[in-house]
Amino acid sequence: MSTSKPTPLLQARGVKKSFGDLQILKGIDLDVHQGQVVALIGASGSGKTTFLRCINLLEEYEGGTILLDGEQIGYRVEGENDERRRLSEARVSAQRARIGMVFQSFNLFPHMSAEQNVMLGLTKVRGKPKAEAQEIARHWLARVGLADRRDHYPYQLSGGQQQRVAIARAVAMEPRLLLFDEVTSALDPELVAEVLAVMQDLAKSGMTMLLVSHEMLFVRQVADHVVFMDGGLVAQAGSPAEIFERPSTPRLRQFLGRFHGILSSVT
Amino acid sequence: MALERGTFLYEIWVARWSLLSGLGITVSSAALTIVIATLLGMILGIGLTYGWRPLRWLIRLYVDVLRGIPVLVLILFAYYGLAMFKINVPPFWAGVIALAAFSTAHIAETIRGGIQSLPQGQTEAAKAIGLQFHQRLAYVIIPLATRRVLPPWMNTCAEIVKNTTLLSIIGVVEFLLSNQQAIARNYLVLQFYLLAAVVYLLINFTISQLGAMLERRYAHFRY
Repeated sequence: MSTSKPTPLLQARGVKKSFGDLQILKGIDLDVHQGQVVALIGASGSGKTTFLRCINLLEEYEGGTILLDGEQIGYRVEGENDERRRLSEARVSAQRARIGMVFQSFNLFPHMSAEQNVMLGLTKVRGKPKAEAQEIARHWLARVGLADRRDHYPYQLSGGQQQRVAIARAVAMEPRLLLFDEVTSALDPELVAEVLAVMQDLAKSGMTMLLVSHEMLFVRQVADHVVFMDGGLVAQAGSPAEIFERPSTPRLRQFLGRFHGILSSVT
Repeated sequence: MALERGTFLYEIWVARWSLLSGLGITVSSAALTIVIATLLGMILGIGLTYGWRPLRWLIRLYVDVLRGIPVLVLILFAYYGLAMFKINVPPFWAGVIALAAFSTAHIAETIRGGIQSLPQGQTEAAKAIGLQFHQRLAYVIIPLATRRVLPPWMNTCAEIVKNTTLLSIIGVVEFLLSNQQAIARNYLVLQFYLLAAVVYLLINFTISQLGAMLERRYAHFRY
């Protein structure tokens, strides 16, 4: 039993989500422990991104629970018949502020410089004075290798640089958990490495991360725990060694087969 | 050229105070309308985008009804219609109310379109860092929508300036009517109507130049 393990930082149980008649998530169970790097892999349409977006309520989930530090995200259950009520805008925003997210398409604020992008949440959400927020922003921009780009606007930066600013913007908020949604998929191949390097650096520093990725090599090297999703369910989960070397389901074997060339080159 | 009685320049000189006062009325009624319609249009436009359903329907009804009625009818209604209910509004204000009511509907619709045309990504990023609705509006959505809304908004402003000529119908001596009054004295029909056309053109040229300047200022909002 897992009684010896501490309570997970993120605990998802039976998470369900439909778009119209189409059920995307059919009951996802997932734990992420403090300091862990968990990777979600699977074919497109398997629900990885939708699940990730439920965690900070960019999508509403209809069934199940998602707990962060034991507190349910987005809803409270009350009354005799366990009625599910959405939390207030202020509560939801406070919960979101504890979860960072990095997007596939960067989504920087185009009317703000790199530094202002990082500072916005620090001043308006964390309530930090401008000077302190600026100091934190500069620290993180330097950490992602963009100290000399802090006054640049997003359109003056390459895709890889924009994504690194987006990572700095998310980490600067000191989130409990960082979500990465296919963050290298929109990048030119030669820019992928610089973003992965930043993520690896964060993983080493003990940041708790949950990532959706098609970078199998990176997942294999960096993740502590890998979750293979198929058809809206967790099909298999385990250590990278278990998933990549002993895939127990035909679907996983088939899925990994596509990455065969890449994966066999390291082993 | 001698300033003789009956020449165009002489007649302009004679009518100068009347013409300047007309120009003042045109500019002030247009400016007031633009300010009121922009403020109310912004509020209604945001309500139209994010309001709860009954509120959206109500605003939608207002916008569609107002846009479907000729401005002239609105102006006549504001002046004569309100008088029938024993609400006496001076012609200038009746005109401004009618023009503002009409332009508010246009600007509300423009702003709704501007907000809805924004890519979702920036809003989601703003949510993800924990900004609340009003903060997302103030720091992300409005600044980004402003850039998109600027060109159609400048068009509406130019329309407003032209629509002020309709106030002459209810006896507001704006620039067009002040020209017509001059023509009634001296019969220089072509000259004074040409003068009116050129002045309106100049006002709207100034507006479009201002707009171009603002657009250049926001050029770095590329997305």
